[in-house]
Amino acid sequence: MADSILVIVEQREGKLNRVSWETLTAGQALAAETGWILEAAVAGSGVANLANEVAGKKIAKVYAIESAKLEPYTPDAFAAALKQFIGSKRPRLVVMPHTYQVRDFVPKLATAMERTAISDCIGYKKDGDKLLFTRQMFQGKLAADVSFACDAPWFVTFQNGAFRGDKVEAGVAAAPVETVNVEIADGIIRNKPQEVFKEAKQAVDLTQAEIIVSVGRGIKEQKNIDLVRQLAEALGGELAASRPICDSGWLPMDRQIGSSGQTVAPKLYLALGISGAIQHIVGMKGARTIIAINKDSEAPIFEIADFAVVGNLFDIVPPLIEEVKKAKAGA
Amino acid sequence: MKILVCMKQVPQKDAPLKLNESGTWIREDVSYEVNEPDAFALEEALRQKEKHSGEVVVITAGPARAQQVLREALAKGADRAIHLEDNACVGLDASNTARAFAAAIKDETFDLIFTGLQSDDYGYAQTGVVLAELLGWPHATIIMQIEKTEGGIRVKRELEAGYFQFVDMPLPAVLTIQSGINKLRYATLIGIKQAKNKPLRKVTLAEVQSAIGANMQKIERLYIPQKTKNTEFLEGPPAEVAKKLVEKLRNEVRIL
Repeated sequence: MADSILVIVEQREGKLNRVSWETLTAGQALAAETGWILEAAVAGSGVANLANEVAGKKIAKVYAIESAKLEPYTPDAFAAALKQFIGSKRPRLVVMPHTYQVRDFVPKLATAMERTAISDCIGYKKDGDKLLFTRQMFQGKLAADVSFACDAPWFVTFQNGAFRGDKVEAGVAAAPVETVNVEIADGIIRNKPQEVFKEAKQAVDLTQAEIIVSVGRGIKEQKNIDLVRQLAEALGGELAASRPICDSGWLPMDRQIGSSGQTVAPKLYLALGISGAIQHIVGMKGARTIIAINKDSEAPIFEIADFAVVGNLFDIVPPLIEEVKKAKAGA
Repeated sequence: MKILVCMKQVPQKDAPLKLNESGTWIREDVSYEVNEPDAFALEEALRQKEKHSGEVVVITAGPARAQQVLREALAKGADRAIHLEDNACVGLDASNTARAFAAAIKDETFDLIFTGLQSDDYGYAQTGVVLAELLGWPHATIIMQIEKTEGGIRVKRELEAGYFQFVDMPLPAVLTIQSGINKLRYATLIGIKQAKNKPLRKVTLAEVQSAIGANMQKIERLYIPQKTKNTEFLEGPPAEVAKKLVEKLRNEVRIL
């Protein structure tokens, strides 16, 4: 059997998760680098149309892994189905997006197959014959190149935004699609999931904001948020925050930016007292211009900032508000 | 409810990190603290014990310094601690750490095992899920709420973009806990005193050696990330920096 790369795309309630295109881009790049065949799979119930969507891209073959028991998602069903499928196909590399759903089943799947997953990768390199996967460590302060020290299949998950979904290559003709029915025995599924729901009444859609002024733990106390609110108002922007601020109830959950909150790509993202933990960065690294103010010169946020100020936000924000107001008044 | 909380000691959030000579790990001479999600996991276990009575046991795999995490947990109200003590624990991958834990607890019967959703140093988010598979237990990840039900538990799973999902599960189960699920308590002076008398069982790596194998992945190189952005640092006294920022906002960002 020729060496292959298997990209497992993600779907929820009959729609492909947009991040799947990023994973396909990653798969195409890896296939070009290694010379291995690229295939993809989507697992669920009644997902043939999604497989057809994927088949429009430059790819050798797409599989629809089918079972009524794959809907709704449970880690037991997904691990069982994919173990069966991967066990028979034996790809060398299995590539997935590092979504909350993938995190929920991939370590189980890998362990069931006596393998391992290198998760949340931001890229890859080739070192002679070896494939190295790059990941952030220590909340982004350091990077690691990680290799597999076991037999294939190798499991890899890629971070949101590590590859560009809009760069995925279309195919010249539709790739063949094959439906594979998997058997999931009674008693395998132990969790009973209920309906997915949104908690915060979305009062503000931060994805539509052109200017976002975001605050992190550096703000120290709830009453200090008012200062940042004044800056947001002066700029005509929206107020947002990293997770700990929302967990503490200092700002409502719909103001949260990051993997658990909103992902935004505004014209300007002003990060105040935000260290730049990975879970936050994935939610805003697509911003056109990033300005960061933090008193810690080693803060990972400075890795992605266009303009940076190492300093105390309480000293800088008040004069900044004044200067912004002056500029807007036409001074 | 008998609950095991798996905890990890990681470098402090703002600790300056230096690479070791071989460039494969950091130099150990930094300050350490408890992995934040694990602190939330412990807090949740303590609250469940307060509500439903039972026992909270904490475990960590790490060098001698990691005992600090266990002592703090005992001071906060955990009943006993297990320390898988060995410098080599630092180099175990998630699969092996889970295997070591499973071996260390093989004579115990827990209803629930909590881990933090991921560690702040490696950030793999795998140990809890691997452990569940090794034990043959159901699991759920990124949990924001746990309620006891007749058939077991109902958990609130966090999804992306502000979505959530309730899941009913039987016991025993493994849960990985999300930060912010609760508010962390401080250890009281009495708690710190009482911790000294609580059982702390040491387990050597040799005792669990048969359960673990060679790591299935290897950090070939650890390094300072290559900057892809050309960051312009603005310097000077606050008033000057403010003026410089506005100049950038006007001329380069063009929003003024």
